[in-house]
Amino acid sequence: MEVGLSHFLVVSTALFSLGIYGVVTRKNAVMVLMGIELILNAANINFIAFSRYGNFGLNGQAIALFVIVLAAAEAAIALAIVLNIYKTYNHVNVDEIEDLKE
Amino acid sequence: MELYDIIFYLFAAITLLSAFIVVTSKNIVHSAFNLLFTFFGVTGIYVLLGADFIAVVQLLVYIGGILILLLFGVMLTNRITSVDIRTGTVHIIPAVIGIGILWGALTAIIAFKTNWIVKPADSMEPTTVGLGNLLLTDYVLVFELLGILLLIALIGAASIARREFEELKD
Repeated sequence: MEVGLSHFLVVSTALFSLGIYGVVTRKNAVMVLMGIELILNAANINFIAFSRYGNFGLNGQAIALFVIVLAAAEAAIALAIVLNIYKTYNHVNVDEIEDLKE
Repeated sequence: MELYDIIFYLFAAITLLSAFIVVTSKNIVHSAFNLLFTFFGVTGIYVLLGADFIAVVQLLVYIGGILILLLFGVMLTNRITSVDIRTGTVHIIPAVIGIGILWGALTAIIAFKTNWIVKPADSMEPTTVGLGNLLLTDYVLVFELLGILLLIALIGAASIARREFEELKD
C-alpha cells in the first residue's frame, strides 16, 4: 500500500493520543508540558499533510509555522509559571496544587 | 515498496516509539531526551511531506529552543543530585481505556472511513519563497500579531520568573 494522506493521519492520531495520555496521567507539570508539545506536533503533521494532499497551496504550512511560534511562547510562559510553583510548594505535582494564590 | 515508503515507516516508528517512551518513562530525564527523537522523527515526516522550511524551523525552534527550555525546567524543579527524579502517575487504567477508545475511534473515522479528496501529490519544490510571500501578503496581520505576542511572552516569562527574587531581596 503506497504511503498517502491516511498514513500521515494515522501517525498524527497516534501521536495525539499519546500526548493526551501524557497530559492526563503524569503528575509532574513539566511532563504535562511535554504532552502538550506532542499534541501540537500532531496537529502540525495534520496541517502539513493536508497542505500537501489537499488543494490549499502553502496555507497549511503557514499555519503550521504560526503553531510553532505559539508553542514556543507557551513553553516559555508555562515554564516560568512552573518555576514559581516550585518556589512556593517545593514540588511541581499538578494534582497537589490547589491554591491560585498564597 | 519504494524508498519513500521505507523512509516514512522508519520516521513514523522513531516518532511513535520515542513518544511512547516519553509518556510512559518513570524517569523525567529519559522522557526529555526521548522527546528529542520524537521531534526529530516529526521533522523527518515534514521533509517527506515536502515542507522543507517548516522542517528546519522545527529543528531550530523545537530541538534547539523548546527542548532546552524543558530540560532547564526539569533541572530547576527537581533536585537531581539528592532526590530521585522519578515522577508519579495517576489514573493509569481509566486513562488507558479512554485513550484507547479515543485513538481507535479517531483512527477508524478520520483515516479509514472518510473519503478525503486527495490531490495527486505534486513534485516537491522549495517552499521558502512561497511561505515568505504568504507571510507578507495574506498573513501579514497574523505575522505582526505573532511578533507582538512573542515580545509579550518574553517580558511576561521574565517578570513571572523573577518575582520571587525581588521578594527575597526585600
